[in-house]
Amino acid sequence: MSDSIQIKEEVTIKFAGDSGDGMQFMGNLFTENTALKGNDLATFPDYPAEIRAPIGTMAGVSGFQLHFGSKQIFTPGDQVDVLVAMNAAALKANLNSLRNAGTVIVNQDGFDSKNLRLAKYEKGSNPIEDDTLEGYEVFKIQLTKLTRECLKESSLSMKEKDRCKNMFVLGFLLWRYTRNLESILTFLKNKFAQKPEVLAANIATLKAGYHYGETTETFTTTYEIKKATLPPGRYRNIMGNHALALGLITASQKSGRPLFYGSYPITPASDILHHLSRHKDFNVKTFQAEDEIAAATSAIGAAYGGDLAITGTSGPGLALKGEAIGLAMMLEIPMVILNIQRGGPSTGLPTKTEQADLLMAMYGRNGECPMPIISASTPTDAFDVAFEACRIAMEHMTPVLLLSDGYIANGAAPWLIPKADDIEAIEVKFAEPREEDDPAFLPYKRNEKLVRQWALPGTKGLAHRIGGLEKEANTGDVSYDPANHEYMIKIRAAKVDKIAESIPAQKIEMGEEGGDLLILGWGSTYGVIQSVVSEMLGEGASVAHAHIRYIHPFPKNLDKIVKGFKRIVIPEINNGQLVKLIREKYLIEAIPYNKIQGVPITHGELKDFVSQVMEIPST
Amino acid sequence: MTTEQKLKAKDFATDQDVRWCPGCGDYSILKQVQSVMAELDLNRDEVVVVSGIGCSSRFPYYMNTYGMHSIHGRAPAVVTGLKIANPDLHVWMVTGDGDGLSIGGNHLLHILRRNVDVNVLLFNNEIYGLTKGQYSPTSEQNKKTKSTPFGSLDYPLNPLAFAMGASATFIARSMDRDVKHLKAMLHRSEAHRGTSMLEIYQNCNIFNDGAFFSFTEKASKPETAIFLEQDQPLIFGIDNTKGIRLDGYKPQVVDLEKDGFSKDDLWIHDESDIFKAQMLTRFFDDPSNDEGTYFPRPFGVIYQVDRPCYEDQLHAQVAEAKTKSKMNGLDDLLQGTSTWVVE
Repeated sequence: MSDSIQIKEEVTIKFAGDSGDGMQFMGNLFTENTALKGNDLATFPDYPAEIRAPIGTMAGVSGFQLHFGSKQIFTPGDQVDVLVAMNAAALKANLNSLRNAGTVIVNQDGFDSKNLRLAKYEKGSNPIEDDTLEGYEVFKIQLTKLTRECLKESSLSMKEKDRCKNMFVLGFLLWRYTRNLESILTFLKNKFAQKPEVLAANIATLKAGYHYGETTETFTTTYEIKKATLPPGRYRNIMGNHALALGLITASQKSGRPLFYGSYPITPASDILHHLSRHKDFNVKTFQAEDEIAAATSAIGAAYGGDLAITGTSGPGLALKGEAIGLAMMLEIPMVILNIQRGGPSTGLPTKTEQADLLMAMYGRNGECPMPIISASTPTDAFDVAFEACRIAMEHMTPVLLLSDGYIANGAAPWLIPKADDIEAIEVKFAEPREEDDPAFLPYKRNEKLVRQWALPGTKGLAHRIGGLEKEANTGDVSYDPANHEYMIKIRAAKVDKIAESIPAQKIEMGEEGGDLLILGWGSTYGVIQSVVSEMLGEGASVAHAHIRYIHPFPKNLDKIVKGFKRIVIPEINNGQLVKLIREKYLIEAIPYNKIQGVPITHGELKDFVSQVMEIPST
Repeated sequence: MTTEQKLKAKDFATDQDVRWCPGCGDYSILKQVQSVMAELDLNRDEVVVVSGIGCSSRFPYYMNTYGMHSIHGRAPAVVTGLKIANPDLHVWMVTGDGDGLSIGGNHLLHILRRNVDVNVLLFNNEIYGLTKGQYSPTSEQNKKTKSTPFGSLDYPLNPLAFAMGASATFIARSMDRDVKHLKAMLHRSEAHRGTSMLEIYQNCNIFNDGAFFSFTEKASKPETAIFLEQDQPLIFGIDNTKGIRLDGYKPQVVDLEKDGFSKDDLWIHDESDIFKAQMLTRFFDDPSNDEGTYFPRPFGVIYQVDRPCYEDQLHAQVAEAKTKSKMNGLDDLLQGTSTWVVE
């Protein structure tokens, strides 16, 4: 039994092991349990692109970082308090992220001579035997041995038994953080309902880990993190791609248009296809296309036919969809293109995060082709942004590009579940049927928002032709007239610009308007900016945070906001893209802060940079 | 119900000037499609003609129906999305040898195997017309064009063998110059539920004039073309004196007057026989070859089989999921299975 329960405000744990060790699985289970406990949290899964990278090597290390607390949690944490290392490579790859005097829980069986060699430790040295871990609190557990012992009666193969060792660690951690096993047991029973042997083994190992903590005298302290103070309501834990998928289904339900999702599998967007394909009962039609281009063009066909049409991808796929998106702009039909960004260029870093497709979203099509761009900033925000993208697409008859990224896609956070009735309906009006005697239908006639009508094939009297050739105003007939082309280019751009009249004003997330320094962000830098600004405001600095959701067109009042601060810092996980747009649009000096390492900006990094900027005397 | 008069072919024409070169084979195809639609009494509001890019792909602009002139090679994906959105539409897809077999080959392959209920009209003229005369995937080898002054190296693609390989459910061939046959094949295409792959030999009189003349012109046609009819023997030749028989697994051209075979010995055409269909698609010889031996080029329905359409199966899955759903509305979906309440 533990001697004492220590109350902590926040903890960061990192699970690290081989990519086949089930680190993501264990991390997600522990996260779910943490959420149910009522803590606020943020996660950061970090894994190799290879499904089973060479066992025991540094390249094969898969990590899952969880930051949770009774206070508001903005980021997955810069440094970890507790590092779980399943083998020597996992320890070596992550030790530098462990804070001073932090805790290391190692699988002693993952440090044999082979593991040490694969992790490239010097011959004869073993970090868990020598002084490498001096100053840390170290728990060495013979995980493989204990797991095998616990399952000695099981008929599973040795390999299958060994795969249960993540459950031992999970059980141990649940004990250490004074949790109960209920939610995990329920989950396992569902997951392994068809495999009773595997279920029994997982449960036995989980419980063994839990009891190991309880009965082993080495561990004298357990920890408790009280519930976080969150706005009242019902919550669930949710990951970004899942929230995004739910946002799309909600938009479909609220507009009465069946959802069509055309996609080609690509990391890190595939989970959206997986989630949507499970919900055919909500009138969702998923189509796994033969390639990225077919994914986009099938969505164009579905949109023409009257569905809420979506295509999803990541950077390389967006590059391939460029021509199709241009067609959708020309056809002026509603469609949403999801780009869950990853490290580029080319294949780049498939499993790592980056915000480097912003300029491609802005400019990556042939011809003059500006289009609406909207971006998600957190896993839960992905729900709202997905809904909003669909609203804009259908109300303004335009393709809309939605930017998310790997960090948002795979990150998890507690989500205050909205009530369906509280979500405003999206009004969809199709062109009305016509009789012979009615005046001819003009497919490119525009309303006051410069929006043309959605005319569905099958509607009486509306037969018309659309296509990628330049259109004559109103009639939509093919036109090579020089003045008409210029007019159409400008009216398509004006139509997109007009969206600024129907989007919310840019708000200041934190701090006051008109101070010394504004940190202006977009996308997944939201958490780290919040964290830094919150801390600096506490220290009395005149800083503020604004986060742009509507990237094109910008909210109208963004002009006033950016010009109201003495300095603006724009942190981005790219080589400086939003900063270009802001400078170009508002002719102001904006200071970029860029990190292009495939991982999020840390609190410490951003705070150091901003503090330095603030020390420069203003002219 | 409406008491409207039956539409005529001209009711399917638009007011747009048709801009193909004078003498182009496309004119004939356009006219036959319009008259077949009238004969079928199709409702203009329920017909959609979708194309990619190329000369043939201007087709939708001339059809007084719904239509989309999409992007190069992608029409099969566009119509797949369209049919998934609305399976009730009559969708016709117009493509060419470049659009459908070069840049869009991948999409054509996949629509054929998925069996989306669309009539695919592949205008094959064995040349790139709109870009002014480069060789195409169906051009013969050693073809001298603007892009191949020393002759083309690429071995020509066999479109119907490709369609067999993709497990198409309807495979047929016709020609722009045989109006009656073309109309019959258009009727058959529309009657087939699934992807109907109709290859139409079409003369480009500017860049590849006469590419198919040996099959389409009166003088040579009887000896080079064979017209398939269900349950009928494979007979061709000026006085119907030649036939195809099977010697074991080997097809053989026989002279009914000289070789001692009668009609009863000939191969009887069966559209549902996938193995014979494979062979017929391989009747792909150039009649002017050096040896002077060749199989006549088959025209007509080579293969037809009923197989469920992609969009029907998808809608059935949706319907079944709705029936079996345990979700009681959107709130259930949003909540998921594990939630907690903050007071």
